[in-house]
Amino acid sequence: MGHLIKIYLYNTMIDYIITVLLIAAIYAIFALGLNLEWGFTGLINFGHVAFLAIGAYTTVLLNLSGVPIPLSVIASMCLAGLCGGLLGIPTLKLRADYLAIVTIGFAEIIRFALLNEGWLTRGAMGLYGYSRPCEELIEYLHLDYNTFFFLVVLLILVLCYLILEKLIKSPWGRVLKSIREDEEVPTSLGKNVFRYKIQVLVLGSMIAGLAGSLLAFYLQYINPWNFVPLVTFYAWIAVVLGGSGNNKGTVLGAFILWTFFSVTRFAQGYAPLSPTQMGALRIMIIGLLLIILMMFKPEGLLGKKEELTLES
Amino acid sequence: MLFGTIKGMLSVQNVDKSFGGIRAVAGCSLKVDDGAIIGLIGPNGAGKTTLFKIISGFEKPDNGAIRFEGENVAATSSFELAKRGLIRTFQLSKALTKLTVEENMMLAPQFQHGERIWNIWLRAKEVKRQEEENRAKAISLLELFDLLPLKDEYAGALSGGQKKLLEMARAIMADPKMLLLDEPFSGVNPTLAKKLLGHIQDLRENKGMSFLIIEHDMPMIMQLCDYIYVLSKGKVIASGAPDEVRADERVLDAYLGGV
Repeated sequence: MGHLIKIYLYNTMIDYIITVLLIAAIYAIFALGLNLEWGFTGLINFGHVAFLAIGAYTTVLLNLSGVPIPLSVIASMCLAGLCGGLLGIPTLKLRADYLAIVTIGFAEIIRFALLNEGWLTRGAMGLYGYSRPCEELIEYLHLDYNTFFFLVVLLILVLCYLILEKLIKSPWGRVLKSIREDEEVPTSLGKNVFRYKIQVLVLGSMIAGLAGSLLAFYLQYINPWNFVPLVTFYAWIAVVLGGSGNNKGTVLGAFILWTFFSVTRFAQGYAPLSPTQMGALRIMIIGLLLIILMMFKPEGLLGKKEELTLES
Repeated sequence: MLFGTIKGMLSVQNVDKSFGGIRAVAGCSLKVDDGAIIGLIGPNGAGKTTLFKIISGFEKPDNGAIRFEGENVAATSSFELAKRGLIRTFQLSKALTKLTVEENMMLAPQFQHGERIWNIWLRAKEVKRQEEENRAKAISLLELFDLLPLKDEYAGALSGGQKKLLEMARAIMADPKMLLLDEPFSGVNPTLAKKLLGHIQDLRENKGMSFLIIEHDMPMIMQLCDYIYVLSKGKVIASGAPDEVRADERVLDAYLGGV
């Protein structure tokens, strides 16, 4: 009997770990999009969550109206990319801070639209009852869906990572790094800086849109509160923690962040604090750790000191 | 070629530019022929760098025309001009300090296949071949500029003079038809400066490149240039061959503060 309980606990533990890794992998994809924008190109996007929301809602809405899953995911990425491009047109010719202001506003507009356009999004009630990729097949094979989906997400994460690495190490990526440092130089050498920035914003938003699709499949229920501004800053924490301009670091940062979240969730049981207090304490600890990191290793865990974007 | 000589490489006609109440450039005209090396001198605040910015499209003139290879380019954006072969350097050198010396060089060539996203996969072979060609070219230029041992260093580790050199090498790497050099010899040691001077003449002879050069080092500019324009308070106050300019009273006045 004791033996069976042990197996049961062991299995729940494994389930839990897979779930944590699954969420971390989705946020790692999300953060890779931001790293392309901020880490490699120096674009300050404070509204990255908008594209996560667009991705999630587009996937779910198309799915609910009977569009096949692969098509709805592709459509989500395209719509997120289109919105990113449209947002870039009026802002990317201005100074960097304007993009920051416009994106943060855009993210809130999207969230409030999702909240208020009830005819489309059912507002605060949220959306559910949509299908997930290969659901019937996995059930038929008696496999664990979360494990299967984790492997799918992991595969997509690896693909995103490889594609981004290839891009960054190409002449195209070299132009991005030159824009990050001083856009007058690439301009004086005949590079259309505006075109590159638009491309980056479109690509970064498409990646966020893809992460949104995956998040929707994982959650099985989405509502506008999944897409508060704080989520953008989870991506920022992952990027800064791991090292801006380093894709490995960004992935590592995302995994550290979500491991930390889940460990502190365990600690809840032992701490004499209410869940609200615990939530606030977690954010405080992350803030404190980031301050300490910035003091002693401002380039992040895997970043290169010589490539630090902000001068000390 | 006939038309080339008639039109010239670059002509600036009656260009005006004011910032607030200051008229930085006031009715300036000058001309650079195909394959000429032209000097632009004048005291601080004469409007030399502003004129450079206007020619290279980084600033728009209030009035006047800029013709590059016979076409009015006053409204053309700076990157388009660079694409057409008009490349500038900056007075305060802009080496990209977070890129390596070699990466700085590799950024410069025009029309790189690998600068388009799809080509990175669809034309991978061509991209690779072009990279190798460009790398070979970068290495020979770096050698010429005494920078080869530093090629894998971050440009941030370079000295002020070396950054200046790197910037000039990078501009040449872009294969321009015309090069605007803003104080290329400041902070460069005399031996190397002499070598670069020879190289500039070489580029003119062998590639037909034209030059417009701002410089405060008088012996250097007198030796290098075919023709010199002297700017003061936004106006061309004198122009001529080096010997003529050297003897001109107004030039002495402008430089020595009207003694």
